[in-house]
Amino acid sequence: MGKRVLLIEDEPNIIEAISFILSRDGWNVSTHSNGHDAVDVVLGNQPDLLILDVMLPGKSGYDILKELRENNAAQSLPVLMLTARGATRDREMAERAGASRFMTKPFSNAEVLEAVRELVAS
Amino acid sequence: MATLNILVAVCLIYVTFLFTVAFAAERAARRGHGGWLRSPLVYTLSLSIYCTAWTFYGAVGYAARSGLEYLTIYIGPTLVMVGWWWILRKLVRIGRSQRITSIADMISSRYGKSNLLAVGVTILAVIGTTPYIALQLQSVTLSFAVFSESQPVAGGITDQDSTALWVAMGLALFTILFGTRNLDVNERHHGVVIAIAVEAVVKLFALLAVGVFVVWGVGGGLDETLQRIDASEIGRWEMRGDRWASLIFLSAAAFLCLPRMFQVMVVESDRESHLRTASWAFPAYLMVMSLFVVPIAVLGLDLLPEGSNPDLFVLTLPLATGNESLAMLSFLGGFSSATSMVIVAALALSTMVSNHIVMPIWLSATGGGATISGDVRNVVILSRRISIGGVVALGYLYFQLSGGGTALASIGLISFAGVAQFLPVLLGGIFWRGATRIGAFAGLSVGFVVWTYALLLPSFGSGALISESVMLNGPFGLSWLRPQAFFGIDGMDPLVHAILWSISLNTLVFFVASLMGFPSPLERLQGAQFVNVFEHSRRPQGWSGNVAQSEDLMIMAQRILGAQEAQKLFESEARRQGVSGYLPDPSPDFLQVLERELSGSVGAATAHAMIGQIVGGASVSVRDLMAVADETAQMMEHSSQLEAKSEEQARTARQLRQANEKLTQISVQKDAFLSQVSHELRTPMTSIRAFSEILRDNERLSEAEKVKYSSIIHGEAIRLTRLLDDLLDLSVLENGQVNLNLQRGVLSNVLDHAVSSALTGSIDTRLHVYRDRTQEAIPINTDLDRLSQVFINLISNAQKYCDADAPELTIVVRPSANQIQIDFVDNGSGISKTDQAVIFEKFARVGEMKAGGAGLGLAICREIMVRLDGSINYLPGQGGAAFRVLLPVSLAKPAH
Repeated sequence: MGKRVLLIEDEPNIIEAISFILSRDGWNVSTHSNGHDAVDVVLGNQPDLLILDVMLPGKSGYDILKELRENNAAQSLPVLMLTARGATRDREMAERAGASRFMTKPFSNAEVLEAVRELVAS
Repeated sequence: MATLNILVAVCLIYVTFLFTVAFAAERAARRGHGGWLRSPLVYTLSLSIYCTAWTFYGAVGYAARSGLEYLTIYIGPTLVMVGWWWILRKLVRIGRSQRITSIADMISSRYGKSNLLAVGVTILAVIGTTPYIALQLQSVTLSFAVFSESQPVAGGITDQDSTALWVAMGLALFTILFGTRNLDVNERHHGVVIAIAVEAVVKLFALLAVGVFVVWGVGGGLDETLQRIDASEIGRWEMRGDRWASLIFLSAAAFLCLPRMFQVMVVESDRESHLRTASWAFPAYLMVMSLFVVPIAVLGLDLLPEGSNPDLFVLTLPLATGNESLAMLSFLGGFSSATSMVIVAALALSTMVSNHIVMPIWLSATGGGATISGDVRNVVILSRRISIGGVVALGYLYFQLSGGGTALASIGLISFAGVAQFLPVLLGGIFWRGATRIGAFAGLSVGFVVWTYALLLPSFGSGALISESVMLNGPFGLSWLRPQAFFGIDGMDPLVHAILWSISLNTLVFFVASLMGFPSPLERLQGAQFVNVFEHSRRPQGWSGNVAQSEDLMIMAQRILGAQEAQKLFESEARRQGVSGYLPDPSPDFLQVLERELSGSVGAATAHAMIGQIVGGASVSVRDLMAVADETAQMMEHSSQLEAKSEEQARTARQLRQANEKLTQISVQKDAFLSQVSHELRTPMTSIRAFSEILRDNERLSEAEKVKYSSIIHGEAIRLTRLLDDLLDLSVLENGQVNLNLQRGVLSNVLDHAVSSALTGSIDTRLHVYRDRTQEAIPINTDLDRLSQVFINLISNAQKYCDADAPELTIVVRPSANQIQIDFVDNGSGISKTDQAVIFEKFARVGEMKAGGAGLGLAICREIMVRLDGSINYLPGQGGAAFRVLLPVSLAKPAH
């Protein structure tokens, strides 16, 4: 049983792509596609890694991450943030919210895999 | 015959002598050797023109008729010289500082430089003086006649008329020669003054000689003469109080107001200090002049035959006793008295007539003073010469017409009473700042009307100029207006009556009218200059003031500079002066500093006038006032310009602020838009990149997987293209150059095309569209493609977002006169109120729906409908999502 990765993303095609890449690499991928109950899903799911999109319906990725970091159970959870907005400001906001790593769309599959491996290993 | 010829010869020699003296004096003065010309003695002697032929001959006649009353004529001026010398000093000071040329100039100057007033005074002065000149001519003629009577007839020269004519012409010539050498009347007429002084000596000497001769030669010594006087009626001091008081007042007033007295006393005055000498020397002169009047009168009455003219006793007594040379001397005395009076009177009156009547008329006739060039000098001199001739001619004419019948003394008194009318205005002017031009004019007018009516007209004799019935019953039967009994007060001496009423009414009207009106600014300024002449002229060049004025200056400075600035200035000046406290002494230095400081705020002329108002010292002329007005106007214009400018600046600033706000807003919007565009582009690109890498890197993909991932890539590529199309479309719609392709068509066809376009090719084809085609058969003229684009968008939205189990879209068309209303209503849950507000904004996404659109569709629809002169709005309250499109049947012209 591989390590569990939770992907929160609202774009179906991107969910499919990431799931495919990670599954091939032996990760156990579960997905969720809205912001409303994302925090509960993460806490209930207790993944080894969270991949979090910023622009989500219901609640932004930043807000979700802040809530998670305030919770003991998810304080040390490695989080990879994805955003389609490439501004420097977005990177700063991600770091402040507590992201372990930040990636701008579009990314290469290899980059994602590498990041996931590093984050879980550390 | 021999005597008469000698007399003529003596006269000619005497006249030649006078010309020589005058000429020598002028020459000496021109060469700067004229120190002796400006001695107090000369000044005092020049005052003696008060003693005219009337005094020389007439006083004796007066005494012979009315006893000691003649003394009043001497007492009046004596009182003025002794008791009122300070009034004279003030007049002289004002005359010097204001460069006064005559009494008319003095009065008009004081009352706001009113030329009308000057003209009035001039005319009244001429009226009052002309009989007096006639009187002098008459006295010369009479005295000449006395000689000719005692001699056999000696040709035409004894003819009275021609004597008077020759004398008049000679006097006019003399006055013209020595009175108009210089243009500036303010310069002394040294020749004239010295000639008058010489004549003063001659007439005094002559009268004394006659007196001595009468007392000791004829009367048999002092004692005997005194006995004779005691025996005569003259010796009885029969005084009528009212008459004496009136006459003393009258002669005192006349002494101040007579144009010729004003001329020698003020205009020809060199130094105020001369007044000090004159204040005792002139009364002494008068006393000596009056010394032998009574003896001559008494002895004349005693010795000369009944019916002899007492006015000529001075001449006839020596003649009767055979002393021809003494008689000749006496004649010269009388001649001197007459000529000096005529010369000075002509000089004074001609100045007035020329300056106030002839010159203004000439100037206005030749088009105003501004364009006059250098020839003015000659014009002025010519006008003055003509005026002299005119004045003397008037006197001669009056002499001819009146026939010389009236007693000398009465003419003199009437004349005195006339010029005495100037007194209230003159004294009021130099002592009362509240006196106004209107008041002066009213007072003078009333005084002169009363004088004319009550004294001048009746003097020609009852029935001559005023009918007897008027004299007895008053005009129109108004008995209270009888010329010699106003308000029914009967039994008064006519002279006293006239003086009382004319002067008191004059004064009353002058005061009341002054109090009722306000003086004009110029009158105020001039009034201050006149009334405060001593404070003002102490330091004629710079400013000066006293400490009390410092406070006034402070108040004024605070008003103009602001309290802080003013206090700072005053304190630093006080420190500089070494004065404790904050009020510096108003030294000329300080006043100059202050004036400079003020002129920065209010302009130089205004500052000068303001300080002048407080400390005085500079005459504020009409030109100064004009400058003040100019400055004020300039400042007002300047400030209104500034105001306009600052308003403009405020407006510009407002506009800039608005533009800046708009720019900021636009910038924020642009950032948000770019961020949105970035997001919308990156999302499909992510999928494309990811799946293309998957396809590239994984050989073991199933065919189904390959097809699926290729389709995703394809779909996302189409999505990208559509997004870019929408962006370009919107950009064009928003920024202008839209070429509308106007076509005629039918609405139903457009809807057909839209529905089929929206529904075919879509995966989700469950949406059911309901239409009533009968309503849609409307011909329209618009851009059919753009309209179709809007419809497709709305139908696609319903297809994507309608969340009903069996999604339906109803299209309802309602035509009106020139507008068509097309509603698109679906059966979903609709759009929330908050979302309704933003659905037409770019990248607005409704709810959590993700249907592949970038959120530009409705924004594009709105822009298109604006271009088509219609509108698109969300229609609330329809259950599902509802949009209403309004479209003009025919688009008149492409909107830009």
